[in-house]
Amino acid sequence: MLDDRYTLAYKLYPYARHADQNAGKPVRHPVVVMGGGPIGIATALDLAQQGIPVVVLDDHEGVGMGSRAICFAKRTLEIADRYGAAKPMVDKGVVWNIGKVFHKDGQVFDFNLLPEEGHAFPAFINLQQPYFESFMIERAFELQKQGAPIQIRGKNRVDNVTVKDDHVVLEIMTPDGPYTMETDWLIGADGASSPLREMLGYDFTGKVFQDSFLIADIKMKSNNFPTERWFWFEPSHGSGASTLLHKQPDDVWRVDFQIGWDIDRKEEMKEENIRRRLDAFLGDDADYEMVWSSIYTFQCKRMESFRHGPVLFAGDAAHQVSPFGARGANSGMQDVDNLGWKLGMVISGLAPESLLDSYNSERVHGAEENILNSTRSTDFITPKSEMSHLLRNAVLELSEHYEFARPLVNSGRLSVPCVYDGSTLNSADALANGPDRTRPGASCPDAPLADGFLLPKLGGQFTLLAINTEVPDALTVDGITATTLSLNTKDDKSGALAERYLGEAKSAVYLIRPDQHVAARREQYDENLFRAALKRATGKE
Amino acid sequence: MADLTLTPNIASGDDFYEELIEAHDGLSKEDSDAYNARLLLVLANHIGDREVLSAAISAAKRKT
Repeated sequence: MLDDRYTLAYKLYPYARHADQNAGKPVRHPVVVMGGGPIGIATALDLAQQGIPVVVLDDHEGVGMGSRAICFAKRTLEIADRYGAAKPMVDKGVVWNIGKVFHKDGQVFDFNLLPEEGHAFPAFINLQQPYFESFMIERAFELQKQGAPIQIRGKNRVDNVTVKDDHVVLEIMTPDGPYTMETDWLIGADGASSPLREMLGYDFTGKVFQDSFLIADIKMKSNNFPTERWFWFEPSHGSGASTLLHKQPDDVWRVDFQIGWDIDRKEEMKEENIRRRLDAFLGDDADYEMVWSSIYTFQCKRMESFRHGPVLFAGDAAHQVSPFGARGANSGMQDVDNLGWKLGMVISGLAPESLLDSYNSERVHGAEENILNSTRSTDFITPKSEMSHLLRNAVLELSEHYEFARPLVNSGRLSVPCVYDGSTLNSADALANGPDRTRPGASCPDAPLADGFLLPKLGGQFTLLAINTEVPDALTVDGITATTLSLNTKDDKSGALAERYLGEAKSAVYLIRPDQHVAARREQYDENLFRAALKRATGKE
Repeated sequence: MADLTLTPNIASGDDFYEELIEAHDGLSKEDSDAYNARLLLVLANHIGDREVLSAAISAAKRKT
């Protein structure tokens, strides 16, 4: 009755009986996370690093098979770096910058992501999801050894949830039978088909796209394909209505065929049929072995609210997008980034519960942006009407000869961090002629400093970033301290710091949140105004 | 910001109209439709101004 729903790539946390199961009455925990996927584990890392005890419940005992999410964005790596897990990801991952777009027989154009200089992390890495997950789990074990209050319980399936005013009661099934547990806060990070969302009866609404995609991960024996992203619209080899080719580590290539809605899944999943598509695409002499394959359909949906009292949803459980643009796992990591410090402060009694409502409003804003971008990509890749198809092909034909049409080609708008414009936590922008990209609500772009990079110095607490001006060593309001980071553009050899944080201004003071988003900025320090900004950024206004 | 021009603006309108029709000569319906789509995109890019484009998109919807 606790059968695996999928095959594991790595068994990392086998079931072990816990003392909670022998306790006479239910043990109460501050935070329980449902789901041991990337979002659940990241949430646990965030909270454990703040010293908040956290229990992750997973109905499996490790990481699932299959490459699944393969494209991880810079912001995700920056967040993972805060959790101490980014280095192995970058070491293992494949960095790519060149993309090529094909239509029918020929190449239409190519592009270079031309990543901006002066960032610790690349714009993107390709990495199979099991690696991404296991690097974070290994980090959790490392923290555990250092005494961090983090538990991952394998084969612990939540079968029933009762939400009370100020806590949640969980009935959990294990190989040793059921037990009951209580938690002050419950995080639903249990994926797109979230059992928690189902048990509590919350709607998940949006658009279902009538198309199926066949993923084939193949290992090339003779590797002639470069490390580039190739996207075909209407490939004349007829192996699908669109095809994406993308490199992963270990000489594995992701081939993604759009195969239509009315298909026989069983038939399509047969190796001989997958090989027929691959051979049409790669040529008969291509020598490869098949690593993993899967057929998926997708939806652009979200919950109306990501917070329901003591229950909070994150990642695919809260919102789902099409894979074009790599906005699934990457947006989930931004959820965690946003939720972690807020929940930590509420649990520590430093901020009112209402701070968590800003998690809902900011991340709903993020989800809307992702759904919009992903829906537009899908409509371009899979035109819904004859005229839409005609216009799409006109864009592709023109873009072969004329540069103007190329920005209209949409094979996925790659994930960039969401800017929380209009958030209740922001103070009005008071830096005249400051750069737009670092306005209140934006996530801080990295910059090289005399000794290392900017973002690791911001860390995971409130920071007063002072550039070319004096500020006190720290600002403390009601127990929350913003520590000062004082910089001078005399040390800014590349000019990146000035360009990204000063613009035309001579000096600047930034109040930066623990998730490295800008809360307030002005040219000079003003104690009253920054006190007010810190209060506002912690939901006390 | 410019407004959408809805008063006569093309010198030698008859010449233009003839040239437009002739561009479709010998094209199949399918090729003609594709040509129109490309022409539309070329013109739209030349205009560029988003508000003018929105005004044009809605002006062309009106039939009577």
